[in-house]
Amino acid sequence: MLRLPPLRYLRPTSVEAAAEAVAEHPGAMLIAGGTDLVPNLKRRQFDAPVLVSLRGIAGFDGIQGEPGRGMVIGAGATLDQVATHPALQTAYRALAQAAGFVSTPQIRHMGTIGGNLLVDPRCNYYNQSAAWRQAVGYCLKRDGDICLVARSSPRCWAVSSSDSAPVALALGAELTLRGAEGERRGAAADLYRDDGIVYTTKRADDVIVGIHLPAAPAMTSAYWKLRRRGSFDFPVLGAAVALDWADGMVRVARGALGAAGSRPVEVSHLLTPLVGRRPDDELIAQVAEAAEKPARPLDNTDFSHYWRKRMTRVLIERALRDACGLDPLAGRLTAQTRSGQAA
Amino acid sequence: MRTNVNGEWREADIWPGASLLTLLRDAFGLTGSKNACEQGECGSCSVWLDGELVCACLVLAAQAHDRQVRTVESVADGQRMSAVQDAFVEAGAVQCGFCTPGFVVAVTHLLAQDPNPNEVQVREALSGNICRCTGYAKILDAVTLAASRLREDR
Repeated sequence: MLRLPPLRYLRPTSVEAAAEAVAEHPGAMLIAGGTDLVPNLKRRQFDAPVLVSLRGIAGFDGIQGEPGRGMVIGAGATLDQVATHPALQTAYRALAQAAGFVSTPQIRHMGTIGGNLLVDPRCNYYNQSAAWRQAVGYCLKRDGDICLVARSSPRCWAVSSSDSAPVALALGAELTLRGAEGERRGAAADLYRDDGIVYTTKRADDVIVGIHLPAAPAMTSAYWKLRRRGSFDFPVLGAAVALDWADGMVRVARGALGAAGSRPVEVSHLLTPLVGRRPDDELIAQVAEAAEKPARPLDNTDFSHYWRKRMTRVLIERALRDACGLDPLAGRLTAQTRSGQAA
Repeated sequence: MRTNVNGEWREADIWPGASLLTLLRDAFGLTGSKNACEQGECGSCSVWLDGELVCACLVLAAQAHDRQVRTVESVADGQRMSAVQDAFVEAGAVQCGFCTPGFVVAVTHLLAQDPNPNEVQVREALSGNICRCTGYAKILDAVTLAASRLREDR
């Protein structure tokens, strides 16, 4: 039977008190929905002598604003709330899609958007039972001293497995963090570090308070997710794109890839050929082929990493076509997978 | 620990890191919710927490303090089974039966929200419940049967 390790459970009633409680108790961790944290604790992937609950903090789960001026999502909003919110479904569609693609209904009713941004990076050698990990001699991320994916590597290559993280980058979202020493706001991209262990710049006592979505009166966006079961799996690849339009032309193009490295991988600089254009089939295919370059999947998730790399351009093409209002599956790169060339 | 279970406030002396599932089964004797994967993957322990469908194995007992929990035991009306339960029996959707309470809760939740779901919606709504006897076809039949009976009753 899987049991939690001994721990204390604190119930602060404000974000400030929560941040202070973590700062006061060494090793303490924040818990919101707990759908990632609790199973990981049961498998002894973390030690947390103290859990500081973010449930029951008033106003922590609100969704406010309107697309014309920008919106703010309270980090405690559940994934189900984000997935089913009418304004998010239209103006920030990729985010609602990503939230709706996470796990199962049961998990989306508990798990929060703030927690999904912080999903612990995953790896075939890490997300295993304590007995399994002991049998292979443990890995760098927990209890061991070598990375079992890349044995000579000094770093951990666990994979960023958040669906919402690449979308936050593509939408140009900003995050407000409240720590024991005060509040700060920064780009979502600045939250992430390219390391499977220390994967964020967040301090232990920092609470993500709000996700700020910029004004998007003329933005379209899409998120495409690759996984074994269409119903229920972590991503083995995610492609998030957001296009801002003016006079039928792309004004700004942003994008990021999920599960393609230890942090969400920004590809916005490779989407610039779309700017000032009305993207057609061929332009989208060419841009998607170029934008896959920063993806460096390793052999540490479900499916072969060669196939995940080959599918990256396909997924980017589908996401871009989706955001352009074209049939996502009618592109050249998808056609190549059918003839076996990409697979 | 103080929790409202199926309309009745109940108290238990249990450590806060125990799961809601342990609280329900071991402290309150409500063994309808099943303990299987304990990691939120299989849905055998599906219950309602403040009206939302959740996995009781991932909810800490402390997280359920002062909140409303509804379990599979509340679905039947005394000795009379609900339309969903009847449909599961009639459609042959029960094989070993271990996943059944979780499915009954998830289907009851679905049909309360949407009396006429299409097959895609049913499959999505049940994606958090795993049946290892591979009885999904008959479970889908049961949902269709229950939905049609519940619509007739309105």
